[in-house]
Amino acid sequence: MSNEDIQKGLAEIVEEVAGVAANEVTEEKSFVDDLDIDSLSMVEIAVQAEDKFGVKIPDEQLANLKTVGDAVNYIATNK
Amino acid sequence: MTNNDVVVTGLGATTPLGGDVASTWDGLLNGRSGISRIEAEWVEKYELPARIAGQLAVEPTEILPRVEARRLDRSEQVALVAARQAWADAGLDKDAVDPERLGVVVGTGIGGALTLLHQDDLIETQGLRKVSPLTVPMLMPNGPAAHVGLDLGAQAGVHAPVSACASGSEALAWAWRMLRAGEADVVVAGGAEACITTITMAGFAQARTVSTRNDEPERASRPFDADRDGFVLGEGAGIMVLERAEYAAARGARVYARLAGAGTSSDGYHITGPHPEGIGQMRAIKAALRTAGLSPEEVGHVNAHATATVVGDVAETISVRRAIGDHAVVTAPKGALGHLLGAAGAVEGIATVLSIRDGLVPPTLNLENLDPKVELDVVAGEPRKVRLDAAVSNSFGFGGHNVTLAFTSA
Repeated sequence: MSNEDIQKGLAEIVEEVAGVAANEVTEEKSFVDDLDIDSLSMVEIAVQAEDKFGVKIPDEQLANLKTVGDAVNYIATNK
Repeated sequence: MTNNDVVVTGLGATTPLGGDVASTWDGLLNGRSGISRIEAEWVEKYELPARIAGQLAVEPTEILPRVEARRLDRSEQVALVAARQAWADAGLDKDAVDPERLGVVVGTGIGGALTLLHQDDLIETQGLRKVSPLTVPMLMPNGPAAHVGLDLGAQAGVHAPVSACASGSEALAWAWRMLRAGEADVVVAGGAEACITTITMAGFAQARTVSTRNDEPERASRPFDADRDGFVLGEGAGIMVLERAEYAAARGARVYARLAGAGTSSDGYHITGPHPEGIGQMRAIKAALRTAGLSPEEVGHVNAHATATVVGDVAETISVRRAIGDHAVVTAPKGALGHLLGAAGAVEGIATVLSIRDGLVPPTLNLENLDPKVELDVVAGEPRKVRLDAAVSNSFGFGGHNVTLAFTSA
């Protein structure tokens, strides 16, 4: 799965959970500052991402995933 | 009129009769029933004796944006739908109201029961990680109030009275006190409930409080009728915008009616049953009249709590006769709506306000043979035309909570 595919899949989850249009979910965006996603929604996004991509995202890792790009790279490396 | 008199300037509702106040009021006046069969598989699976309910006419998910709706329990969804209607109806401008002078009081009887049960299913079938991080804010009984408060940015206090079937009226009484005490200029208040599900239906059935007239859903809820056999559970929300009269006058607001007084009391008698002689209820009614400065003779109409239980309707008859007399024109909206628990008092308060506005008291649906023990002038069949200067709305709840609201014409 390419990083592009991961980003697309992640964007679908973000749209489903937080209502942010998928095309807004680009690599440089910060989940909290740019996409206005709260900590509760981040937990839900992480659980869905774990299921979709077959990765584990422990809480201490989740805290480090500030941008969409961070998450895409983490998923690409750990799946 | 003193500065801190309280007026009603906005109304909002979503009920089994309609998705707004106008359709609900139209349904009550025209004797429509909001009761229907529950089609869900669990009524068969658990062999529930009562398979009927007052289910919402309009799904809140048809009104609210998808992402907002999925973060809310159904009880919170209906609260928001009704609150936004009421706010718009009042013609208030959010930027013009000082947030520190804006309060919210929204009660519920049960809270987020659907969320609790759904999340319990998830942990049992799919484990912890599938439990929503929003579980607690969705199931907490202050959730409807909190979400309405958040939506409006209210900062004068957000409260959530929980007193079973009196919650909605208690919320309005609480709002009335806030305004009378000068703690706020505007308070958005009412009740919300949405708990038609396995455990509530089973629990009410086990307590032998609900109608099992499953073959005739529209005829099942029969307040004051000799053949009544219990209440029918309903869901919905009713919200009023209340303002200090002076504040409303200064902005040239349209005023429906005054919330002139409120009385609350507790039975101290039994956890579910009312005092058989309606002693606590009578004290609540008298307190409402006293605070409103009304004599019993001035009260032209009683919007009764009457849920259609065998014992409850008779107890209310006694309390109304003792506190007010037998001259007032009485109606029981639960014949059409079912019992909206924590939303009931708020929706019925709205009906009372509209009766004053229109000079019309809706009929009690399914009242065909008045119970001889009910020696009151209960409207049946057609709406009654009657000029009203003052009317009261009663709400009584499991736990022995009694609330009466006294409304007068604007």
